[in-house]
Amino acid sequence: MTAKTHLPVGQEAIEKFGWLRAHRFLLLRRVSQVLFLSLFLLGPWFGIWWVKGNLSGSMTFDILPLTDPFIALQGMVAGHWPELTALIGALIVGVAYALIGGRVYCSWVCPINPVTDGAHWLHDRLGMQKGWQPKHNTRYWVLGMVLAVSAISGTIAWEFVNPISMLHRGLIFGFGFAWAFVIAVFLFDVFVSRRGWCGHLCPVGTFYGLLGSKSVLRVSAVERAACDDCMDCFAVCPEMHVITPALRGKEGDTPLILSPDCTNCGRCIDVCAMDVFKFTNRFDDTPAPARDARTRTQPASGASRAA
Amino acid sequence: MSAQNRKPMSPDRRRFLQDAARGAAGCAVAGMALSQFISDARALPAQAIRPPGALDEDNFLAACIRCGLCVRDCPYDTLKLAELGYDGAATGTPYFTARDIPCEMCEDIPCVAACPTGALDKTLTNIDDADMGLAVLIDEEKCLNALGLRCDVCYRVCPVIDEAITLERRHNERSGHHAIFMPIVHSDKCTGCGKCEKSCVLPGEAAIKVLPRRIAMADAAEHYKLGWEENNPLVDDLIDLPDRLPGPGTDNLVTPGGFAPDALPNQSMDGGFTPSFSLPGTGGSN
Repeated sequence: MTAKTHLPVGQEAIEKFGWLRAHRFLLLRRVSQVLFLSLFLLGPWFGIWWVKGNLSGSMTFDILPLTDPFIALQGMVAGHWPELTALIGALIVGVAYALIGGRVYCSWVCPINPVTDGAHWLHDRLGMQKGWQPKHNTRYWVLGMVLAVSAISGTIAWEFVNPISMLHRGLIFGFGFAWAFVIAVFLFDVFVSRRGWCGHLCPVGTFYGLLGSKSVLRVSAVERAACDDCMDCFAVCPEMHVITPALRGKEGDTPLILSPDCTNCGRCIDVCAMDVFKFTNRFDDTPAPARDARTRTQPASGASRAA
Repeated sequence: MSAQNRKPMSPDRRRFLQDAARGAAGCAVAGMALSQFISDARALPAQAIRPPGALDEDNFLAACIRCGLCVRDCPYDTLKLAELGYDGAATGTPYFTARDIPCEMCEDIPCVAACPTGALDKTLTNIDDADMGLAVLIDEEKCLNALGLRCDVCYRVCPVIDEAITLERRHNERSGHHAIFMPIVHSDKCTGCGKCEKSCVLPGEAAIKVLPRRIAMADAAEHYKLGWEENNPLVDDLIDLPDRLPGPGTDNLVTPGGFAPDALPNQSMDGGFTPSFSLPGTGGSN
């Protein structure tokens, strides 16, 4: 742990590179989130029907079908084999996320992401304790539970409560009281569990994580030797356990962040004043010398504070 | 229980079992809560009508991904996606309310064509075969036709006019000498489009409503034989006995009734007479 640990998160990077560069992936993500939502809203708001439907299933320019593969999977488990249009749509989406990283959906597309990011911001401002932190494998249990309930009830079970669909469909087709699900997730993340929903429970994110577990696009801590232990990457990372094996790896360990939990959000790249991280592919074998052995103990306390 | 006799469980194994039990128990609770929510949420209100070609409700919720493409391709804004708390149908699933906007029964059925999953069945190619529900004349006390007036609006607007709804003439007991033109819905022709319900002239609720067939239809009494239906004889292989006609002789087609017309006594003659009945096939005797 160094003196820099106590500086506000990202301050060094801002001073060194300027505010814009120190937020470039955050800004790009917000642009992407707004863009994907706008494409769906062009129709109902302005009558420009390039994209019809919502994230569960859509039709673009009357030719490109897209289907949420997790919803298609639940439907199959529930006993309905979808027609070809939906299967092709699910295949396209599935292959795309399998290549660029399943949880790219979470950080670049999902409309709940700004909600839980906002919740995390408020959580920090209020100085809340991290609260209930479910076990690492809890999300897999939830995923299994959803598929089991789908099979038993013969329905696409998660769509009865999925806050993502509630928010996205609500914005496009009308809410009813569906916003209550969104508020619930927000409050849960602020007061009950830090980074709780997206990072520990949401079965959609878990599914996409598994889908992209062999994805090509990856973040690499390729300049890890330059790390000065400011801990900013841990502070901004929504899944901070993914950083440790890469950044703190020994000589010979891969600097690639290979955990399926990594959302490829790029915030670690933003905030690092030492330019440790960069986007690359999983086959990148640029030599990445490990950091010099530290005389001090591992900054475990710093990590848990920062998260 | 002495510690010496038992190998202490390895801490890893113990933790694994504890975590597994905790996960399973948590999921059981969450899963039951989710199942209970689903069983409540899937109850479809009687007046929420699914689009044409919709699978039956059990299969529909396994097939519909709630994308709203059917809603977008409906040219009459008939279809809408259910909103939580307002509409009762499972949130995000398509339905329509006949009293607001009925189904216009497009020839090309664009909603079915738009469905990516088959929740709206593509085997429905003729909209007249649609089975969204069944119109029921639910309030005969208020229906103007049933009161003996000539409203006839439901009959007139029906896209399957004079087949799905017919007007059956009945005696008006109240006035004693007028007719009641009773709207009768025929389940084999009605598609459940709801145009009758929409156009019913009564203020507020309609006298005729589209209901799901599971509510609107009874099971037939298979154990009764309807003797008047030709293909359903009361007794198999009925013996065809000759019909008796009045007069001497029977079943004599050459001289029906036993009277050859030219054998009748000449009326102009004394003692001649005119029978008070006419005989079939004789061309009338007067």
